[in-house]
Amino acid sequence: MDLLNALVAFANFVFIPAVAYGSQLALGALGVTLIYGILRFSNFAHGDTMAIGTMVTVLVTWWMQSVGISFGPLPTALLALPFGILGCMALVLVTDRMVYRFYRAQKAKPVILVIVSMGVMFIYNGLTRFIIGPDDQRFSDGERFIISARTFKEMTGLDEGLAFKTTQGITIVTAVIVVALLFWFLNRTRTGKSMRAYSDNEDLALLSGINPERVVMYTWLIVAALATVAGVLYGLDKSFKPFVYFQLLLPIFASAIVGGLGSPIGAIAGGFIIAFSEVTITYAWKKVLGYTLPESLEPDGLVQLLSTDYKFAVSFIILLIVLLFRPTGLFRGKSV
Amino acid sequence: MKKLLAATAAAALTAGAAQAEDIKIGIILGFTGPIESLTPSMADGAELAIKEVSDSGLLLDGSTVTPVRADSTCVDAGAATAAAERLITSDGVKGIMGADCSGVTSAILSNAAVPNGVVMISPSATSPALSTADDNGLFFRTAPSDARQGVVMTEVLMEQGIEEVAVTYTNNDYGKGLADSFQAAFEEAGGTVTINAAHEDGKADYSAEVGALASAGGDRLVVAGYVDQGGSGIVRAALDTGAFDTFHFPDGMIGTQLEANFGDEIEGSTGQHPGTDSEGATVFAEIVGDAFDSTSPFTPESYDAAALMLLAMQAAGSSDPSVYKDKVMEVANAPGEPILPGELGKALEILAEGGDVDYVGATAVELIGPGESAGNYREIVVEDGVISTVKYR
Repeated sequence: MDLLNALVAFANFVFIPAVAYGSQLALGALGVTLIYGILRFSNFAHGDTMAIGTMVTVLVTWWMQSVGISFGPLPTALLALPFGILGCMALVLVTDRMVYRFYRAQKAKPVILVIVSMGVMFIYNGLTRFIIGPDDQRFSDGERFIISARTFKEMTGLDEGLAFKTTQGITIVTAVIVVALLFWFLNRTRTGKSMRAYSDNEDLALLSGINPERVVMYTWLIVAALATVAGVLYGLDKSFKPFVYFQLLLPIFASAIVGGLGSPIGAIAGGFIIAFSEVTITYAWKKVLGYTLPESLEPDGLVQLLSTDYKFAVSFIILLIVLLFRPTGLFRGKSV
Repeated sequence: MKKLLAATAAAALTAGAAQAEDIKIGIILGFTGPIESLTPSMADGAELAIKEVSDSGLLLDGSTVTPVRADSTCVDAGAATAAAERLITSDGVKGIMGADCSGVTSAILSNAAVPNGVVMISPSATSPALSTADDNGLFFRTAPSDARQGVVMTEVLMEQGIEEVAVTYTNNDYGKGLADSFQAAFEEAGGTVTINAAHEDGKADYSAEVGALASAGGDRLVVAGYVDQGGSGIVRAALDTGAFDTFHFPDGMIGTQLEANFGDEIEGSTGQHPGTDSEGATVFAEIVGDAFDSTSPFTPESYDAAALMLLAMQAAGSSDPSVYKDKVMEVANAPGEPILPGELGKALEILAEGGDVDYVGATAVELIGPGESAGNYREIVVEDGVISTVKYR
């Protein structure tokens, strides 16, 4: 019984939140890694691209709610998601046409593109705040829980509750579907293959007749879709606040770099590694250990490795360790 | 040289003597900065008291009082000190009603007020650190110290038989000061604080923080945060994961937003915030009418701060800060005739005749310890999703 309680407490406070957070990071990191692999620069505007896509989704969700369209027990935002993706795609294509193409034509160095993307980041940032404001916005509706802590306790008679939010379930399911679709696209379709070829060797790809502008366009479209999905899932699960999306850049980049920039599998693995380390290192293990250890060994303290204030520091530390000892990341991406 | 010395000595003597003069009072509040929406009505409150006294013509043989405003910025200690320095040296104020935020208040106190020997009465600085500040008896406040709120919180919880709580606070001077003073009071009363952890405002996800709080356990979670900020995020995450069902909320968390966010999900949660049901508050609202918002936070306290300063001058028979500073506590507390807002003229008369007053004012002022308000708190409970008053204490 005690072991079960320990397991439930672990699942409730560590496993489920970390899996959901990891999925959101993985989707974000996939976008960063695709841009790095194919367009060859670190896109600092990624967090704000997520914010813009989410903002469009939020606005459409509000409109749908006001005219009475709903998705039953699921959040209305899922219905609005395609519109968000379309809005985000339009914006990144316009940005590419107006900003990035100019530098691409000049064959600008990656570091210049990084700075350019920071400029784009500030513009997006301002745009989001200008349209929806800097405040917290809630747009989730429908059933809040698949299992709530209270019903779980009543069902099982355990001391510990297990909460599984609808948004966490949706996050995990959507992430699996999106990742499967992405890998199918990259490995099986003609466009996907030409993208990978372009990423592996630009000159060779051009020689074999791949149209670079088309590859770039498809990359942006996919990145916009990934960013919007990641942003909406994060916003549904937590809440939508422009500044928070800007801050998400750090764990997202950490995930992509840990996995190996340019490697899609690496981005997914990196997302989960960062999420699990953030949650496990800042979790106070007192309760779980209290259930599992015999009474004499029960800890008095909280058994917390790092206070939760230092959550972001965990991403930094992992990033440093990986860059020091394996600069290409766990899955042999490109070196940074 | 001798002549010069004699002249200054003579000047000092005459300054202390009672004669009709124009007394200037500095009002230094954060007219720009994070609390700029609160300060206009605070200044109006103080100026109302000043006008009332000045118009009565009874202060120190018909002296008049003129307010001079200055900007404390609430956050920039350097700018606030410069503003206070200007008030004292160039405008020659005899006392300062202010400042507002705890940080700038202590900066002004140690850099401008104490060196120049000017009395300060703050309407809103609540940091416990100000209780022990080195002030030469020049500093008072009509707002209670958060140390007092910690004690009141302890009483509320202990009366309900809750002896083990987890505490989380917003990571700034207010949150930390309140959480620490509460922990000290609660442990002294025999309770246990299982964890005292900070949370940052403005984040989307508080599951890690709540995980740690839940692991430490406790009968109730004390959230010393802001309802528009991380405080609500913590409560939301704690409810979602089933970590805590009931909470205790200090002043920063209590507002209509709390009902809107959680409703009956936090049924049975308790809390307290500064408030009084005293007669003075109603009278104050009547006097103010539509001129400004009399219920805005710290506005009645501002009226009281200015009134206390002027009554102390009358009691001392002098506008010299080094003389009237000793009378502030005397006019604020019993014994004496109770004085409500709008009765400042009556108080001045009594004091002129050598009588004694007990200034009650808009906030039932009672100065304790190093010259700070004892504080009146409204204890609340969440019933059927609505915040309702239990009692005043």
